[in-house]
Amino acid sequence: MEKAIVFKNIKKSYGSVQAVNGINLTIYQGEFFGLLGPNGAGKSTLINMLAGIVKSTSGSIKAMGFDVEKNYQEARHSLGIVPQELVFDPFFNVREMLRFQAGYFGKGRENYNWIDEVLERLDLTEKAFTNMRQLSGGMKRRALIAQALAHRPPIIVLDEPTAGVDVELRQRLWAFMKDLNQSGHTIVLTTHYLEEAENLCKRIAMVNRGKLVALDDTKKLIRKNSSKNLNIKIDSKDEQKVLKILKNFKVFIENEILTITLEKLDELNNIIVLLKKNKIKFFDIQTTEPDLEKVFLQMTKK
Amino acid sequence: MINWKIQLKGTWTLLKKELLRFWRVVFQTVAAPVITGILYLLIFSHVLDSRTEVYAGVPYSAFLIPGLIMMSLLQNAFANSSSSLVQSKVMGNIVFILLTPLTYIQFFIAFLIASIVRGLFVGLTIYVLASFYIDLPIMYPGFVISFALLGGGLLGTFGILAGIWADRFDQMAAFQNFVIMPLSFLSGVFYSIHSLPPFWQKISHINPFFYMIDGFRYGFFGQSDISPHLSVAIVLTFFIILAGLSIRLLKTGYKLRG
Repeated sequence: MEKAIVFKNIKKSYGSVQAVNGINLTIYQGEFFGLLGPNGAGKSTLINMLAGIVKSTSGSIKAMGFDVEKNYQEARHSLGIVPQELVFDPFFNVREMLRFQAGYFGKGRENYNWIDEVLERLDLTEKAFTNMRQLSGGMKRRALIAQALAHRPPIIVLDEPTAGVDVELRQRLWAFMKDLNQSGHTIVLTTHYLEEAENLCKRIAMVNRGKLVALDDTKKLIRKNSSKNLNIKIDSKDEQKVLKILKNFKVFIENEILTITLEKLDELNNIIVLLKKNKIKFFDIQTTEPDLEKVFLQMTKK
Repeated sequence: MINWKIQLKGTWTLLKKELLRFWRVVFQTVAAPVITGILYLLIFSHVLDSRTEVYAGVPYSAFLIPGLIMMSLLQNAFANSSSSLVQSKVMGNIVFILLTPLTYIQFFIAFLIASIVRGLFVGLTIYVLASFYIDLPIMYPGFVISFALLGGGLLGTFGILAGIWADRFDQMAAFQNFVIMPLSFLSGVFYSIHSLPPFWQKISHINPFFYMIDGFRYGFFGQSDISPHLSVAIVLTFFIILAGLSIRLLKTGYKLRG
């Protein structure tokens, strides 16, 4: 697969603070990639270095094969970046801003249809002639996303695009991003909504304290780092007895709910047999799937 | 390499945006300085016309007009680039330009031309309105145009430098009130420096605004305090130094890129 973005031993320090500490990461063309991490982990610094807004202390970054510092013009042509902050130019309306943004990249009238399509897909057509100042927070966020797409870049980087955005826009945005991804665009997403990342991203990288702590296929990452749980509702008088019976398992009881971490699925049958044999009554039983949130918490607390 | 048509389109887009930015608030950016200039003209000429003659055969009102035009042109050229930059930095929308493939030279050219255009627009409007008040023939149009362009360019560049340096509106206001205003008022807009004591004449010679106003005035009357050729050379030198410095700062990303 062709490479879209390559971070090679990238470092960034602000005085004595090491914001990014030697990250090596390759994102391939056509990927829907998730970059996750807690606040202050270094995600935005990484994106800002890719965008050329922040200069790296050492290492190199390439976008579509172009070094973001030495060949910054070519590199920036291939990038559409949605910044995290809700910024806007108060002098212009939405359509003007989009046309200006595309114009900086050398795109003129031939690009107007694309701009109209972006407006339509982000439900901004009715606001095309509205001044940026008069838009609501959610609408400003849409305009910001539209601006990053205005020059039709092959790589789209969304830094927390759904922060403070309603459910309808989220769904519209993700549908649009999925379409763009299917038509060959590389999408890089940072988000705090882990469910979104789990559903959308084929591959995920997790950063913590400036370092890469996990990088894998999303499903593999969850499977490798999280287990299935078995939850059983029991009678409170049986709690101590159950703990003794299941002493060989990872067990936790709270509010009459017995939670057992299953290392293997076969254990499920053994547990049921043991409980029945010891005449423990249970009133409800369910299993919970491992998810990205558990993996995230596990990886970022290390 | 990005082809030249794309580069040209990018520069033109940024220039168009900068021009449209000041045009959207034309009352503030053009009408207000024009009214101020005309008020200066009416008040000073009313008070001093019959009492003062700076150049032989030139009424005080006529002497004053080129100085007022140039002062307004310079102040507005400075205001255009500086306010645009500081506003974009404070509001954060400078990021929209920083994310683009525009080079530091394209950035400089677009901001410079927009500043010159606004300065010329204000200056020309004052000239047209003042022409209704007093007959003001131009003796050397070449000098008038050269000083207008060079002055607009120099102050536009100065504005870029101030805009890069300032992080807050109050820093910019301080720059405008403590640097630009004194330099423009003490440059011979309202008087000839020959009327000053020798010490202040020498001080005036280190003020670049003096050369721009004196040379510009020469274009109208064929009379000036010093040779207009020397003034062109001095203003051009100042422009080259400041342009070099702003291009250098834009290239390194000083206060723009982290």
